[in-house]
Amino acid sequence: MKKKLLSIALTAVMAASLLAGCGGSGASGSSSSGDTFKIGVIGPLTGGAAAYGTAVQYSAQIAVDEINAAGGINGKQVELKAEDDELDAQKSVNAYNSLKDWGMDMLVGCVTSACSIAVSEETKNDNMFQLTPSGSALDCVKYDNVFRVCFSDPAQGAASAQYIGQNGIASKVGVIYDSSDVYSSGIYQTFAQEAANQGFEIVSAEAFTADSKTDFSVQIQKAKDAGAELVFLPIYYTEASLILQQANTMGYKPIFFGCDGLDGILGVENFDTSLAEGAMLLTPFAADATDELTQSFVKSFEAKYEITPNQFGADAYDAIYAIKAAAEKENVTPSMSVTEIGDAMKKGMTEISIDGLTSTGMTWDASGEPTKEPKAVVIKDGAYVSAQ
Amino acid sequence: MMSFLTSFVNGLSLGSIYAIIALGYTMVYGIAKMLNFAHGDFIMVGCYIIFIFSSNLGLNPVAAILIAIVLCTLLGITTERVAYRPLRNAASPLAVLITAIGVSYFLENLALLIFGADTKSFTSVVPWAGISLFGGSLQIQGITIVTILVSLLILIFLQLFVHKTREGQAMLAVSQDRGAAMLMGIDVNKTITLTFAIGSALAAVAGALLASAYPSLTPYTGAMPGIKAFVAAVLGGIGSIPGAMIGGLVLGIIEILSRTYISSQLADAIVFGILVVVLIVRPTGILGKNIQEKV
Repeated sequence: MKKKLLSIALTAVMAASLLAGCGGSGASGSSSSGDTFKIGVIGPLTGGAAAYGTAVQYSAQIAVDEINAAGGINGKQVELKAEDDELDAQKSVNAYNSLKDWGMDMLVGCVTSACSIAVSEETKNDNMFQLTPSGSALDCVKYDNVFRVCFSDPAQGAASAQYIGQNGIASKVGVIYDSSDVYSSGIYQTFAQEAANQGFEIVSAEAFTADSKTDFSVQIQKAKDAGAELVFLPIYYTEASLILQQANTMGYKPIFFGCDGLDGILGVENFDTSLAEGAMLLTPFAADATDELTQSFVKSFEAKYEITPNQFGADAYDAIYAIKAAAEKENVTPSMSVTEIGDAMKKGMTEISIDGLTSTGMTWDASGEPTKEPKAVVIKDGAYVSAQ
Repeated sequence: MMSFLTSFVNGLSLGSIYAIIALGYTMVYGIAKMLNFAHGDFIMVGCYIIFIFSSNLGLNPVAAILIAIVLCTLLGITTERVAYRPLRNAASPLAVLITAIGVSYFLENLALLIFGADTKSFTSVVPWAGISLFGGSLQIQGITIVTILVSLLILIFLQLFVHKTREGQAMLAVSQDRGAAMLMGIDVNKTITLTFAIGSALAAVAGALLASAYPSLTPYTGAMPGIKAFVAAVLGGIGSIPGAMIGGLVLGIIEILSRTYISSQLADAIVFGILVVVLIVRPTGILGKNIQEKV
């Protein structure tokens, strides 16, 4: 009897999951409600990169609140809903499906590259407009319905090399990168290519993988033995904080230079921020910038969430305003179907120019890549300060 | 030559941490005949407890470690009582293995909920900077020396405990034949609980040393070292206490040397490749005993 009950229960669960699958694909054709824009956000709200996902969620919310208070987009209010992908590509697709069930019109996401690529396979089929704030791998925008706010990895790697070369920061450079991560290895490749055109030499390039990111003594030792004055770290801040501490115990003090992934290193609890003194990051956003837009954004973010926003938040804030500008350019309304919105937004994005947090005069072309100026920040007295 | 010595010392440092974790694995496997895949997460819990008491509440690190040992022991006993004991006589030995994986995810996600995903930076419990040999060209960190000494002390303590005390003898008896041990009047439940208590106390010590040597703390801190230590325990001969020690050291040294001299990308492939070869040549591991099943 018990077995029979169990099998009935299992059958019911399986049948329900089949139906759930139908619901997901059925909802793709049309947008559910006509009164509000429903914008979905997908990112790692928990897990190792939660600092990015929550920053995106919070900042997008601030932008949406501001837009709603000012009358919405084309007179329609905006609703925002965030789903967690736990930095897992498969879970990001699940998150996408549940947002579609909710009636999403447009997607801001995913926050990280691998998830963004996985979800773009789905948005392409639905012609859903997708704007990733910070998915920087090349393939993130390979379909015409996907745009991004941040630089691509190649752009970050090449821009870092140019920045180091043009400012004469170092002549011997070591690199420590994560060969199991598309973000990190993507930046490393273009960095190495561009380095050949610049006045410095890469004296050591050592990798680690997701399975061996505890002990960095070998990679640091090699950079030290090769006499690297600057160590380029195109990696995330969790590993970078370990590298900085291990380098310190080994008595090695080069200049550390990273990309947007290093953003957040000062927020590591109990981290001795003096170890990061002088470290540089290529990032489009510094919370200490004195322009009015940055200051008002940082102020409302800190008031609401009691932490200082990072660059991922700034990207998301700009993403929402880019959506607003493009939607208003093409008179997009929530009553249009997802694919109609997608077509209109694709056209609208190439016609706008945004003065946002991450750059002034940001424009997009049909490839989905933004055009904007690279900026660097340096860590000074435990805070990010705009370089120069 | 000096770079070889430096790598060798780094390998010893990593290996002795694997060794301490592997001792916990092998104790529990040898006696309770189960793989406690949550062992790495017990270590993580130990790290967080020490972090809270020493970094947040400003307690003396030694006192914090003692508290962590007590709390981890309680955690180990509770886990065994709640999650493993009811399944000990389950039809398939897989049941308790799967449960251990479940406990592992449970602890990781609980830590995620309580402490958040943010990386926390651990303050070393060993403030000693270490020694510098050959005019500063070879540096041995204090934590490396302490880790090696502590793992040797634990090895000696466990060997003495298992072979010289009544409780240790009871453990050996349970590991050889649980049914017969019960018939001889040994309280099997109590013995296995004691095993878990010791294994979990070791996890707290391993946590203190792991987080001091590699001072970045997340809910997933224990997961990968736990798996590597499991490999070390199998390499050394799972169930054998000296085997875990040797397996840990060998694994750490091979990992660092292959990263230095062959390729930093291929290191893991080499380490696990060696594991495969060792298991083909000696299926019971380096020090494992080949016990014939009697029919």
